[in-house]
Amino acid sequence: MTSNAVIQMRNVGKSFGTFQALKGINLEVAKGERIVVCGPSGSGKSTMIRCINRLEKHDEGKIIIDGKELTDQVDDINAVRREVGMVFQSFNLFPHMTILKNLMLAQRLVRKTSKAEARDTAMQLLERVKIPEQADKYPIQLSGGQQQRVAIARTLCMKPKIILFDEPTSALDPEMINEVLEVMTDLASYGMTMICVTHEMGFARSVADRVIFMDAGEIVEEAEPEAFFSNPKNDRTKKFLSQILSH
Amino acid sequence: MSFDFTLIIDAVPKILLGIGLTFQLLVVSAVLGLVLAIGIMLMRISGKWYLSWPAQIYIYIFRGTPILVQIFIVYYGFPQLEFIRESFIWPLFRDPFGCAIVALTLNTGAYVSEILRGGVMGVDRGILEAGTALGLSVRQRFIHLTSPIAIRLALPAYGNDVISLLKSTALASTITLADMTGIARTIVAQTFAPYEIFISLAIIYMILTWILQKSLGRVERYLGRYMQK
Repeated sequence: MTSNAVIQMRNVGKSFGTFQALKGINLEVAKGERIVVCGPSGSGKSTMIRCINRLEKHDEGKIIIDGKELTDQVDDINAVRREVGMVFQSFNLFPHMTILKNLMLAQRLVRKTSKAEARDTAMQLLERVKIPEQADKYPIQLSGGQQQRVAIARTLCMKPKIILFDEPTSALDPEMINEVLEVMTDLASYGMTMICVTHEMGFARSVADRVIFMDAGEIVEEAEPEAFFSNPKNDRTKKFLSQILSH
Repeated sequence: MSFDFTLIIDAVPKILLGIGLTFQLLVVSAVLGLVLAIGIMLMRISGKWYLSWPAQIYIYIFRGTPILVQIFIVYYGFPQLEFIRESFIWPLFRDPFGCAIVALTLNTGAYVSEILRGGVMGVDRGILEAGTALGLSVRQRFIHLTSPIAIRLALPAYGNDVISLLKSTALASTITLADMTGIARTIVAQTFAPYEIFISLAIIYMILTWILQKSLGRVERYLGRYMQK
């Protein structure tokens, strides 16, 4: 066990009824590491990252985030959630609030930040994702790409140590994918610890420190991107890669 | 058959003397009914059987019986019960206005609680997950995310219930109250001109409904401003 691991999953299992979504997952993520998780649908990728901030409750093994183990203790769960941000496939902005309010809500309620400070942080982050002029609009008035950038900014407002991305570009029109990937690449360059479930192999190649391939609830293969793409070892990985890279 | 307009001109001002009572019945039972509905809805979605079952039984009883029967039970039935006559709530049940309010409140409360539940169920789970991931507590999610979104979702159906309640207030006339319908019935008994009088009454209710409908539409548009592109 390395001492600088911010995420440690040991032998983690999770079932939905009789369906075993995760089987014996072992994963360590170091501070500042960028991990891309890929695999066929239903392979457990989303479930794995959703266990990290307890949107799903694992039923076997141990998950330790930044030294705190995830148990049923509400205080511990909240402490972990304060440090772990998440970006969703369907953006999940709060539809009834302006963009600015979306960014301020959790700062005010969870971090107990003053209104002025929350607003400043929010505006800074909207600058960073390059849409400060949208601050007073409602989510529905923005394009998908803009909404996802807002969602990333909203997560950043909480100053998380780790950000989980759950297929952040899968719901986007092709022409909007790049603007979101650019923001994510920018984050990576600042040393954010990231786990990203995605099928954007270009992003994996250029940004990831490690690529993880999952199938049927297991981590089948993990390697540096170069080795992963040029020399996959497992047959299931080879098959998956040939399917997604063939066209 | 002849249609006597002078009768209408005579009757309308008299009927309008009851508009205050109609309004009191509507507003008081709508407000109390809403408060009750929120409580019942929270019990219903609590996930605890000892809260959810009584709520469901209550809803079933009040949606399963005619409101006229409910008014009769409260007005004619409750005073027969000794423990009610001897309790501090007796003044409420001795008074027909109190009885009408109790019956209308209980009735609308049952319907509105289901309308609110529909709104709560309609809130996108993903939005709540985003709140969870940001560290909001169950309570904070309910106050800042679920409630405002659910209220907007429930509003059209709720407006429908308020309009329906306006018409239900007419049933209070069956227990001696002189609301607009009560007055109209008295006039009909004196003039034997049901056609003119009840048509006038119907038109007054339609005008009130129109006003309610317009106001509710405004509230809907205001609360729904985030839904417009």
